[in-house]
Amino acid sequence: MPRAVRLRVATPRRARVLIATRKGLWTLTSDASRRSWKLSAPTFLGHIVHHAMFDPRDGRTLLAAARTGHLGPTVFRSADAGRTWKEAATPPAFASDSGRVVDHTFWLTPGHASQPGVWYAGTSPQGLFRTDDGGATWKGVEGFNAHPQRKAWCGGDQDGTPDGPKMHSVIVDPRDPAHMYIAMSSGGVFESTDAGSDWKPLNQGVAALFQPVAEPEYGHDPHCVRLSSNPDRLYQQNHCGIYRLDRPATRWVRVGENMPKSVGDIGLPMVTHPYDAESAWVFPMDGTDVWPRTSPGGKPAAYRTRDGGKTWKRQADGMPTSQAWFTVKRQAMSVDRFTIAGVYFGTTSGEVWGSRDEGRNWRLLAAHLPEIYAIEAGS
Amino acid sequence: MPAFKVAIPTPLRSYTQGVASVQVVVDRAPATLRDAFAALEAAYPGIRFRMIDEAGRVRPHIQVFVGMSVQRDPDAILQPGDEIMLVGALSGG
Repeated sequence: MPRAVRLRVATPRRARVLIATRKGLWTLTSDASRRSWKLSAPTFLGHIVHHAMFDPRDGRTLLAAARTGHLGPTVFRSADAGRTWKEAATPPAFASDSGRVVDHTFWLTPGHASQPGVWYAGTSPQGLFRTDDGGATWKGVEGFNAHPQRKAWCGGDQDGTPDGPKMHSVIVDPRDPAHMYIAMSSGGVFESTDAGSDWKPLNQGVAALFQPVAEPEYGHDPHCVRLSSNPDRLYQQNHCGIYRLDRPATRWVRVGENMPKSVGDIGLPMVTHPYDAESAWVFPMDGTDVWPRTSPGGKPAAYRTRDGGKTWKRQADGMPTSQAWFTVKRQAMSVDRFTIAGVYFGTTSGEVWGSRDEGRNWRLLAAHLPEIYAIEAGS
Repeated sequence: MPAFKVAIPTPLRSYTQGVASVQVVVDRAPATLRDAFAALEAAYPGIRFRMIDEAGRVRPHIQVFVGMSVQRDPDAILQPGDEIMLVGALSGG
């Protein structure tokens, strides 16, 4: 495996949070104190923005994946930190003879630091796309899209989450641009060591209680997969629990069993600390009965581990203590890169909550927004 | 060469600089609806993919009228003087 990566620890001069919603894109901005936040006017008002993402390689490029109720999916790019935007000339789209149609681009990932201009996009239904020119033109990664096993891995395009099957959690190893992970709901986690030319399932040890076999090779439902600051460690919030994987091992370990039994280890998002591979956060939801997907008992809380999932601590100071039925989608939680990390999440009821002290205390940063699909913290 | 008037719905007018009705010229006769969409794309890059998917189908919430009739078949033959109306069909909140 490649050598360890050297982490660059620098205190950002300001903090920004991109808020992608069902009705447009907003931005929260603060100085480095992260005490006082200003909410921008909406961009793309009326557009469904599934994800918006900073480019950490240049600090000024943003990409946003959008569509509208009427119009097909596209990607917008800003080269000036969101002041102006330009639409992709050729957005992600399957080959015309494939019989498949991109419903929306769901996930955006900047490429490796050595490849400026490269981004990856995961779509609904499951497809992987790449741009080499900063988002202007996109091409399918045919090593996945045309893989002979692709349909077996993913099922039909009608399978998957209620709002469509998705590819998400596209991860590029910071040590090696050819080493990638993807996750799919449904499908599971897959790994490529040749820049996407071929893919192999990486789901050992992960439960798939909705499958007839005990340990299927694929067909799982990872909700969110994140690389930690140690690129050999992955965390996963799955439909069936919270997991950790330390490479080169290939068998995930369920660390969610260590969550309080009354809360359980079901949720959608999971985020990791920028400099501490032992630290991660989840936002549990009620996964019982008909899966309300709301905060268990109407008492929202994040849970943090500082020891790789061996123990978890409830973090809810500042949040409502009762009758608060939050739903936080898989992309709607993020961590900034301050030394004392800020943690942020957005709810489907249009609230953005933030903590400037790694989850110890929470504040409502914005309210009355449309349904929040994704949150990304940057600087 | 046949020319066709195309009515542009508000969601697509960002491509036509706000213009509600445009004229496209097709370089062959008889022209098909697909030809008209191609001419529209040539004049207003990016507009076609927002209403026609990569498989060549009109997207579910876009409606196309030729004259007074719904026409979603890209291979439909257009008659000289036909007017095309693109509509963002009603969809939920």
